[in-house]
Amino acid sequence: MSDPITQAGAPTPRSGNDKPGSGDDKPRPGMSERSIGVLGDRKKARLDELARASASDRGGVSLVRDAVRRLRRNPVAIVGASIVGLFILVAIFAPLIAPHDPVQRFDELTKNLTVDSIPGATAGHPFGSDPLGRDFLSRMIYGARQTLFVGVLATLIGLSLGVLIGAIAGAFGGWVDVVLMRLTDVMLALPSLLLAITLVAMASRSSQWTVIFAVAIVSVPIFARLLRGSMLAQRESDHVLAARALGVKERNIVLRHMLPNSLTAVIVQATLTFAVAILDAAALSFLGLGDPDINRAEWGLMLGVDGQRYFEVRPELAYYPALAIIVVALGFTLLGEAMREAIDPKNRR
Amino acid sequence: MLRVIVRRLLQLVVTLIALSALIFIWLRNLPGGPVEALLGERATPERRVLLTKALGYDQPILVQYGKFMQRVVTGDFGNSIRTGDPVTEVISRAFPATIELALAAMIIAVGLGVPLGYLAARWRGRSLDNLTIAGTLLGISIPIFFLGYLLKDVFTQNIHWFPPSGRLTTGLDNTHVTGFFVLDGLLTREFDASADALWHLILPAITLATIPLAVIVRITRASVLDVLNEDYVRTAEAKGLRHRTIRGRHILRNALLPVVTTIGLQTGALLSGAVLTEKVYNWGGLGTLITDSITGGRDYPVLQAIILLAALVFVVVNLLVDLSYAFIDPRVRVR
Repeated sequence: MSDPITQAGAPTPRSGNDKPGSGDDKPRPGMSERSIGVLGDRKKARLDELARASASDRGGVSLVRDAVRRLRRNPVAIVGASIVGLFILVAIFAPLIAPHDPVQRFDELTKNLTVDSIPGATAGHPFGSDPLGRDFLSRMIYGARQTLFVGVLATLIGLSLGVLIGAIAGAFGGWVDVVLMRLTDVMLALPSLLLAITLVAMASRSSQWTVIFAVAIVSVPIFARLLRGSMLAQRESDHVLAARALGVKERNIVLRHMLPNSLTAVIVQATLTFAVAILDAAALSFLGLGDPDINRAEWGLMLGVDGQRYFEVRPELAYYPALAIIVVALGFTLLGEAMREAIDPKNRR
Repeated sequence: MLRVIVRRLLQLVVTLIALSALIFIWLRNLPGGPVEALLGERATPERRVLLTKALGYDQPILVQYGKFMQRVVTGDFGNSIRTGDPVTEVISRAFPATIELALAAMIIAVGLGVPLGYLAARWRGRSLDNLTIAGTLLGISIPIFFLGYLLKDVFTQNIHWFPPSGRLTTGLDNTHVTGFFVLDGLLTREFDASADALWHLILPAITLATIPLAVIVRITRASVLDVLNEDYVRTAEAKGLRHRTIRGRHILRNALLPVVTTIGLQTGALLSGAVLTEKVYNWGGLGTLITDSITGGRDYPVLQAIILLAALVFVVVNLLVDLSYAFIDPRVRVR
């Protein structure tokens, strides 16, 4: 299906994209001057275009149904969804799967524990011990739970704030839009990890919440830009025009017509943001700015603190959480990119 | 063209002013308030009063902001709480180290990424393409500090190809001219120092290059694929131009435009990544300085300066990239 709005930015005939990652990063050699801002123009242009792409649909339901149908035929999506599904299952049923309590110290493990030797696999503890004599396997399993918690919460906070800013900017337009978008520009002007570090430094001491908050704020400008672009495209669309002609109140047009139709792109972005969030949380732990709670079993924390400190003594303490993070981040990225491709109307047949 | 430049510069100024306002608010809301944040907890009451007066914190908020801006513009960031040295001095020591690392990483990312992305697009769907895509996905999903440790473990512990950390072998005394050690060695003809610095640079640069490399490969690939479908490529083929000419002049030149912009955007990823990479390899640049400034008691004067500097670098690089873009692509100039 060819749509005048989406096609406007891409006058070239395209072949269908069948690979993950070939759907994004669209080059626009003839990009109009309008979209040239202070920074991140490509990023912004891409976000705006994605927003338009998902907004350009006339019937929201059929787009979603169509996207789901295409997702189910895409092996990349299936692999991504399987990883994500398994991860969520492990997180939910951690108490049933894990052989031991993740915070209990075992005498048979602590008695062999020294500064430069941490016991490996023994009977009853197939992954061996962590630096405090706790069952490493159980901590890995419970780690899924905490990692999911941090990732989901950070993504939700970032999404909510971003959607709020984007919706206000998109609904009001004018100077409100200009001011809010300048604000997102400033946030984008700081490299993401530096912004997170700056935020963590504001708290007198770090906790799990400073980490979640810092990681969440980093994603706010991305969500805000995405939603705003989508809302602006909706403004001009036929169904909004029709609603306005019928005399529907402006508030209802925004809440009932523009917002719901703009959310698809945001949900896709949330999937990708989750991967970034757990990677950033791990980075903060690595820098010594993470959660100071020694009982908390979270992969980023395990990799960033114990994995770093005992890398020479027992590298498994780094390998297992790292592997878990890589696989889960990969799963969310694959799923997110497959979804992004599926909602792109250019790929509709 | 001139109008574009002027407008972009104005936008840049607006962004920087907004950013400085945010940093000002940030500094005021730090635990203990700005004076304690700038002096540290152990400062004497007399010094506190003195600084409160000097910074104007007993005056109206707009005056405070004015004084803050005055200090920012003149580059006066006070002294580091940790070491007592002037902040500008501390930063100018660390800055070249990070720039050297970031440049090396960018050279690797572009030098490897563009050809790989191009080949992947040309042989789309074949094994090289699939392998490249899998590689880029892995590159994005791996925590880069973990990759750093992995490389360090393999190449410095198992096989001793590279030195594990630092910028120079201890005992090797080089003359500092620019602070870029590889360049310094060449300038002063201390070629052994130059080679040694390069040898230290390779592993950290590879680590830091991972994410930009993955992104550049993907952008190049997508961009080449798009250009391949353009009418002018078909026209060029139809009129019987040599393949080499088509590839060079029609495909690569047009496909590289978005890649140039990506390079600008990746400055942010490089600065973020440098913080992690420098910690792994004990590099002693801005990244190390940030980490030390937070974990070793919060050294806010230094942090404040680094944040402003990082944002300035990021925004200016992107401005330059956008301007060069307008320069390369005539279509942008016309409008």
